[in-house]
Amino acid sequence: MTTPTKERDVPTQELERVTIRFAGDSGDGMQVTGTQFTRTAAVFGNDISTLPDFPAEIRAPAGSLPGVSGFQISFSSSDIHTPGDEPDVLVAMNPAALKANIGDLPPGGALIVNTDAFTGPNLQKVGYGTNPLTDGSLKPFTVFEIPISALNTRALTGLDMTNKQIDLTKNFFALGIMFWLYERSMEPTLQWIDQKFGKRPVIAEANARALKAGYAFGETTEIFHTHYRVAPAHLPPGRYRNITGNEATALGFVVASRKASRPLFYGSYPITPASDILHQLSGYKDFGVTTFQAEDEIAAIGSAIGASYGGALGMTGTSGPGIALKSEAMNLAVMVELPLIVIDVQRAGPSTGMPTKNEQSDLLQVMFGRNGDSPIAVVAPATPGDCFDMAFEAVRIALRSMTPVVYLSDAFLATGSEPWAIPSVDDLPDISVPNRTDRAGFQPYSRDPVTLARPWAVPGTPGLEHRIGGLEKADVTGNVSYDPDNHHRMQLLRVEKIARIANDIAELEVYGPDRGDLLILGWGSTYGAIRSAVERLQAQGRSVAHAHLRHLNPFPRNTGDVVRSYRRVLIPEVNLGQLLLLIRARYLIDAVGYDRVRGKPFRIAEIEEEAIRLLDDPEAPR
Amino acid sequence: MTEPTLGGDAPLSPENDRVLQQLQAAVPLTRKDFVSDQEVRWCPGCGDYSILAQTQKVMPDFGYAKENIVFISGIGCSGRLPYYMNTYGFHSIHGRATTLATGLKAARPDLMVWVITGDGDALSIGGNHLLHSMRRNVDIKVVMFNNRIYGLTKGQASPTSEFGKVTKSTPAGTVDNPISPLTIALAAEASLIARSVDTHTEHLQATLDRVGRHKGSVFLEVLQNCNIFNDGAHRDFTDREVREDRMLILEHGRPMIFGKDRDRGIRLAGHQPEIVTLGVDGVTEADLLVHDESDPLIAYMLSRIYWPEFPVPVGVILDVKRPTHDELLSAQLEEAVAKRGVGDLRTLLDGGETWEVTA
Ligand code: SF4
Repeated sequence: MTTPTKERDVPTQELERVTIRFAGDSGDGMQVTGTQFTRTAAVFGNDISTLPDFPAEIRAPAGSLPGVSGFQISFSSSDIHTPGDEPDVLVAMNPAALKANIGDLPPGGALIVNTDAFTGPNLQKVGYGTNPLTDGSLKPFTVFEIPISALNTRALTGLDMTNKQIDLTKNFFALGIMFWLYERSMEPTLQWIDQKFGKRPVIAEANARALKAGYAFGETTEIFHTHYRVAPAHLPPGRYRNITGNEATALGFVVASRKASRPLFYGSYPITPASDILHQLSGYKDFGVTTFQAEDEIAAIGSAIGASYGGALGMTGTSGPGIALKSEAMNLAVMVELPLIVIDVQRAGPSTGMPTKNEQSDLLQVMFGRNGDSPIAVVAPATPGDCFDMAFEAVRIALRSMTPVVYLSDAFLATGSEPWAIPSVDDLPDISVPNRTDRAGFQPYSRDPVTLARPWAVPGTPGLEHRIGGLEKADVTGNVSYDPDNHHRMQLLRVEKIARIANDIAELEVYGPDRGDLLILGWGSTYGAIRSAVERLQAQGRSVAHAHLRHLNPFPRNTGDVVRSYRRVLIPEVNLGQLLLLIRARYLIDAVGYDRVRGKPFRIAEIEEEAIRLLDDPEAPR
Repeated sequence: MTEPTLGGDAPLSPENDRVLQQLQAAVPLTRKDFVSDQEVRWCPGCGDYSILAQTQKVMPDFGYAKENIVFISGIGCSGRLPYYMNTYGFHSIHGRATTLATGLKAARPDLMVWVITGDGDALSIGGNHLLHSMRRNVDIKVVMFNNRIYGLTKGQASPTSEFGKVTKSTPAGTVDNPISPLTIALAAEASLIARSVDTHTEHLQATLDRVGRHKGSVFLEVLQNCNIFNDGAHRDFTDREVREDRMLILEHGRPMIFGKDRDRGIRLAGHQPEIVTLGVDGVTEADLLVHDESDPLIAYMLSRIYWPEFPVPVGVILDVKRPTHDELLSAQLEEAVAKRGVGDLRTLLDGGETWEVTA
């Protein structure tokens, strides 16, 4: 499948899918480089999936291992669900980046290194006794040694810049090489440079020159013998944009607020990896969105409850450590039965854990981490684009059932991206619920016979003056009550109210056979790895199905039937078996877990291997 | 939503309901309109009764319909007050009432929002929130009942308990220094700061009236007697027989005079206040410090003087104007709409780079 091209006699090879990892110092601009490649691939029409991986330190010491920042992008001419198990190409800008990432590059993989950074001190800094470029340790790989810094500096001669400034543009040189290698247009990035640095013409010129020089280097150098083409994917027709989970989350909530005819109030305290939602929502003031950067996590949720009490769509957002602080107020919202959205963008714990790394280990915390029996609705998006749908769904449930809803995203979803078919606003349903205004027969804790929601009687409504609070309520009147039977009844009512949400949500969908040898059940950001593994297993003729829970409390009504229809159930989670515990307890089935908490998403292959191990195990318990 | 009718008033047609509301709005409200149907459950003799009564009394003065008034409280004996006010009320969690009030006021600038709190609720567990609500000039009225003890949990030392205080939790005396609530309010930039006394009903009413009319963050400390766990905490200067000699009633623009015979006053010696007697050593009214509610330096001095060295200042110690939190938030929203128009969802979703995939 190789065809010669015009410029130099370099043949083009068609590939279905390519995974590239850019790695360098956190000051080397790897996130920008990755994002630019992503945009270019997305606009070209590839299916894409990305995985940024950056340190928590803003600027760890230059050239050190903790300072390594990476960005992996997988782009394809077919439908893909993950950023790729392992890179086909690794771009390493310095020895630290090489050392931190070479373990992931499979034998035969392509390695592009900036040889200028392989100096004695840099090698020593990360503990290389000998230079890996010369000691033979890189033999298994196809190594392209390029003096990127020197070539780039030469390309920028004549510009009024310091050496340090020039050095900061070398990532664009590397990007230029990759654009040439994969036959990509430089136009989108040149436009971006223009917009971003337009006010500083020298910097704009430098970055543009670096990019073009890298591209020209690819064209003229003899070291590349092929370049590659990955054709556009056959995505369903529609209008697309590239979107990260945090972006989709913010958009979903803004649209839901409009469709609910309630202004959005977002109280939040900065925390990784949820802060971008606050940043983004703060730019939507023209949509009536009020953002409030509170003094702490507790104030953030307190303000959101206050806003909901006043009739707004009250929301707060945080990560696991923040949920711990918000627990008491979440319980207050459970008790006073007001709508409230609590976003938890999960990260690796416990305690401060690894703030920028992925984990899905707050499920049990949000389910049970409050005093008393305190039922709360929980939803979890499965992909970056799904964040939009589940944000909308969270609001719909909160309003319909007058309840707090926890929206469980995670670091991988938050910063990962994929092409997103932009939904038609007109097709989204009206999810508004009226305020109670009728004073005839008003009781603060009377209930809707279907949903058990209590009336939303907001201050300012004449005749409905009443008092609510965290003390136990008398059924119907809402007065303070210590009556023993009343307390028992109210507990059951609160539980039943959440349980009834199941009557109103989509059933659990199964991808694959209705019954069979193995069901792989997942939730949250493991969707892509599980779906890809199941596709491979099905292609091998295995009797394997995939179901992915997007509602975690309550579970869809058919969940019990689904999990009982397979000989075995495998639940892969980036925690130590939290959904597993819930499923086993709830449905009394002998499901097994596959748990890895490495701060990273699953690889497809490991889920595939685990599934095969279970399928081939003759001792398989029922 | 289908609402089961559970007795009570016979349902009115919407038309009649509206007429009824108009009629009610035309009749001026009285204290009785603000008394809820809940039985008051504080200990007999508690200072809270008087604060509740004065609050209900002044409430009609502000021109707010009772549905537009909200009382939010935290935890503690004071936290019960919202149940007794026939307005909207929210008994929240310990120390966090100011956070709910901040969100409510941001979402609903039309409402008059009161926060009822105690010395433990406001200054200990809720200290951070109190601080930030004041610096933001959130338009809420924080009324802190200061009885210098934890009442609801049966008598432990509070942040305002005096050094060495023996309580159930501090049998050998507390080793913690008390803090001055008014100094904290000043440092946190509250825009109206005042003090009054539970038993001093007329003064309390007048002060609550000032509080109700202020736009911005109010901090009112009410010295309150917990007759069960800290009886007589303020008696030395609040008792009827001694109060005129031991309390300084502040009036804006007036010299600081006190005493049964109105013969003593506060004068500045350098930057230090001192007590002087009119007519002695040639001292006249003209030598006395004149109270200026707009001057934070005078306010600071007043927040630092206390019995027994000085008479205890009561009244408004500071009253300044600043834009409120909700005004500033609303202005940003309005500015965004003025600049970009009301946000369009389609444009929002289509934002950034898009591409078409055709069949
Ligand atoms: S314990 Fe003290 S403050 Fe509480 S109600 Fe009784 S007297 Fe009042």
